[in-house]
Amino acid sequence: MAQTIEVTGLRKRYGDVQAVDGVTFSVPEGEFFGILGPNGAGKTTTLEIIEGLREADEGGVSVLGMAPWPRNPRLLPRIGVQLQATAFFERLTAREQLQTFASLYGVPARKSDAMLEKVGLGDKADVRVEKLSGGQAQRLSIACALVHDPELVFLDEPTAALDPQARRNLWDVLRDINTEGRTIVLTTHYMDEAELLCDRVAIMDAGRVLRLGPPAALVRGLDVPARISVASGVLPVGDARRLPGADEAADDGVSLTISTRDPSAVVAAMAAKDALDGVQIRGATLEDVFLDLTGREYRA
Amino acid sequence: MSTLDSFKSLSRAMLLGFRRDRGALFFTVLFPLMFLVIFAGVFGHQSTAKAKVLEVGPVAAVDQAVARDPAELKKIMELTRTADRAAALRKVEKGDADAVVEQRGSEVVVHYSAADQVRSGTVRGLMDSLVQSANQAASGKPPAFTLRSQQVEDDSLKAIQFFTPSLLGWALASAGVFGASQTLVTWRTKGILRRLQLSPAPIPTVFAARVAVSLGVALGQFALFIVVAQLPMFGLKLGHAWWMAIPMVMAGVLAFLSIGMVIGAWAKSQETAQAVTQLVVLPMAFLGGSFFPLDSAPAWMKGLSYAFPLRYLNEGMLNVMGRGLGPGSALPQIGVLLGVAAVGALIATRLFRWEAA
Repeated sequence: MAQTIEVTGLRKRYGDVQAVDGVTFSVPEGEFFGILGPNGAGKTTTLEIIEGLREADEGGVSVLGMAPWPRNPRLLPRIGVQLQATAFFERLTAREQLQTFASLYGVPARKSDAMLEKVGLGDKADVRVEKLSGGQAQRLSIACALVHDPELVFLDEPTAALDPQARRNLWDVLRDINTEGRTIVLTTHYMDEAELLCDRVAIMDAGRVLRLGPPAALVRGLDVPARISVASGVLPVGDARRLPGADEAADDGVSLTISTRDPSAVVAAMAAKDALDGVQIRGATLEDVFLDLTGREYRA
Repeated sequence: MSTLDSFKSLSRAMLLGFRRDRGALFFTVLFPLMFLVIFAGVFGHQSTAKAKVLEVGPVAAVDQAVARDPAELKKIMELTRTADRAAALRKVEKGDADAVVEQRGSEVVVHYSAADQVRSGTVRGLMDSLVQSANQAASGKPPAFTLRSQQVEDDSLKAIQFFTPSLLGWALASAGVFGASQTLVTWRTKGILRRLQLSPAPIPTVFAARVAVSLGVALGQFALFIVVAQLPMFGLKLGHAWWMAIPMVMAGVLAFLSIGMVIGAWAKSQETAQAVTQLVVLPMAFLGGSFFPLDSAPAWMKGLSYAFPLRYLNEGMLNVMGRGLGPGSALPQIGVLLGVAAVGALIATRLFRWEAA
């Protein structure tokens, strides 16, 4: 498969800070690729270098077979970028906004209405951008990134500060864009989002890629016990600890939670005791992988 | 991909944004126009104020002058005859009349108030000349010398002739500097500059569109100003080379935009840009001669005024619009303004940043 993005040995330093420290990865055509990492991990800088907003100190970048730096007017029409800040012209309606951006790419204005429909803003076409809700503004900025039909789309934390409904709504939009055959590169803080949307993720910290692979493979590679919980009191804690395969058990008055590396044995034993009232089984998530790699301590 | 299409749609977007910005509309269009109406109203009728004189009993010298040329005298003096001497004197005391004149034998007595020295001086001078010419007439000889006074400007150089170009200059300066500095800072802080950097549109096109919008707005201001000032109640009379004010206005807009660009490129936040813009525009408006004519200003102020680009715009527009001088009289000023625009653009390019640091 053709590689849409190839990054090798990328380095970038700001003063004393080594923001990107030897990043290498490639993204094949049509992939939904995620870059995860805590604040200051170097995600945004990496993305900006690939988009052509910054020059790398070291390393090679090839996007759709071209060099993004210096500003490459042949490459720019083929990529779409949704920026973290919602960069809109003041006091324009959603439609005018989109038409203005479309014209920068030589796209006829009539395409704008179809694009508004696609991101679910058809009924907000005549509303000024200042009056749009957070989710609507986010969708408009995605529409602005897509209006010229790019092959490669960059999304920088598209669901930050959205409510759960708006996030799910936006996920649907993003999946549709990917199904159309576009390559998508997404940065996010939300592990559930990455797990749900991305074909592969790169977990970054301190300017390096720590792990790279499909979310499910990363989770499986992590040796974290599964947690089985049932309603409190269905089984005494002491009995629970003695179940075959159980490592640890605790009852907090609401739930009885059992940690195990062999969940099927524990569940079978509990079923035999008819103690599966309100059962929930949670395996490791991408979040566990992330925290395992980047540490749990709070970093401002 | 058409650069022209990008240019047109960007210009349209910015013009729409401007038209919907009530605050900007008020400050760049209505506010200066309000000043024009007020200034023209306050200073416009100075020359028509006549001396109000009350004549108590017959005064031969005055009566003869009225009989000789009533129309000429009416232009400068409003004469009322009265019999009530006490009431007439009270009127002068209260400032309702400028003087009371009466005759005692061969003596003409003028009662005036010291409260308004200029008016009383005018009235005394006027009465003196009436008495002189009566004396001369009584001698029976023809006068040896006659005096004819003539104004340098044409009769129409009234307050409105001065205030239309100079207040317009102030309006253009504040619109230009504000427009450029605010746009640049807003675009940078909101990330529009980065967004534009990521589009294939040539960056010069983006800035050309902003300049085009400013030029359009300025020509609108210019048209509105001269239309209002030419209303009968204000009575602006445009000089024959008034059209020369159009290139003048455009050169001025370029100069002020580039000053605004320097501020916008340097300032980190909108608040800073706004404050610095005020610090530049207001002193420039005062010292550049937008609010009062510099002809009567002290020499140091006149010298200082040449440090401000607005001075050149005001002077050039006043020459061709207000003073009725030929088209060439605005050329040096246009040259200076274009120079300011070039230097400002150069500095702004040096200071320019794509994103907030």
